[in-house]
Amino acid sequence: MNIEWYVVLSSLLFAIGAMGILIRRSPIVILLCLELMLNAGNLALVAFSRMVGNQDGQIFAIVVMVVAACEVVVGLGLIVAIFRRRLPLDIDELRELRG
Amino acid sequence: MEQVLFFAAAIGALGGAIGVVAMRNPFYGVLALIVHLFSLAVLFLLLTSAFVAAAQVVVYAGAVMVLYVFVVAYVGSGTESAWEPIPGQRFLAPLMGVALFVELSIAVIASSLLALGSRGPDVKAGFGDPAAIGNLLLERFLIPFEAASILLLLAAVGAVVLAGQRHGPGEGLTGSSSEHSAPEARSEGVPVGQSPGGSA
Repeated sequence: MNIEWYVVLSSLLFAIGAMGILIRRSPIVILLCLELMLNAGNLALVAFSRMVGNQDGQIFAIVVMVVAACEVVVGLGLIVAIFRRRLPLDIDELRELRG
Repeated sequence: MEQVLFFAAAIGALGGAIGVVAMRNPFYGVLALIVHLFSLAVLFLLLTSAFVAAAQVVVYAGAVMVLYVFVVAYVGSGTESAWEPIPGQRFLAPLMGVALFVELSIAVIASSLLALGSRGPDVKAGFGDPAAIGNLLLERFLIPFEAASILLLLAAVGAVVLAGQRHGPGEGLTGSSSEHSAPEARSEGVPVGQSPGGSA
């Protein structure tokens, strides 16, 4: 398969993830859609690394995975903290940052 | 064979992504994301990057998704309200998504990268296997590797600080004074640093 297919698929996945972030209102689902966007970026990185014939892009993809794992840990910690304070898990209700 | 695998994995990835966006229940969304991640791992294998595919399955579909499942089970799957804060958001948001895809496609088409239309150069047998990636990580990319480990440590500490509190600041103060401290201790005033952080 040509590299084009992978890149177009990656941009389609990225657009779906961005659409999900714009549509959905639950913070957990928004984190899931962020994962979609990060993985679309990973797919593009690995595809371009194959296109160039160089493995540096794969290292970049692994670093993106690490950053995504950190983001998930902090985001889910925030969600648990919000839930423990009996605040509504809805980003429209939570638009003010002060507790 | 390669094309069959590509289209099967692409359909799986797209279906998983649409499932994440469309599922009402966040638990089903997490399951759809697992399907998506496995399909992406197949795509990574097709791109001859075995280590990234293995890390995708083990780290993402294994560890991170278990974290999601636990948090969704803890928080519970509340139903989202159908109330629209921004008028027309349900129509504008898909429009934005389509516009983003069109923009990205134009960027891909207009990039004038001739190699995009090829399958990439022929690579050696060890391309993207764990030995090659490990050599790169520990020699050329040692400093990013160590920075990533520090970032993971910081994220773990941050998650414990964020989610490890037994009470919120206001509740923690009253709760600890009523449980532990005698009335004379309350008249002295509870030290600020002791109440929320000390109990965590």
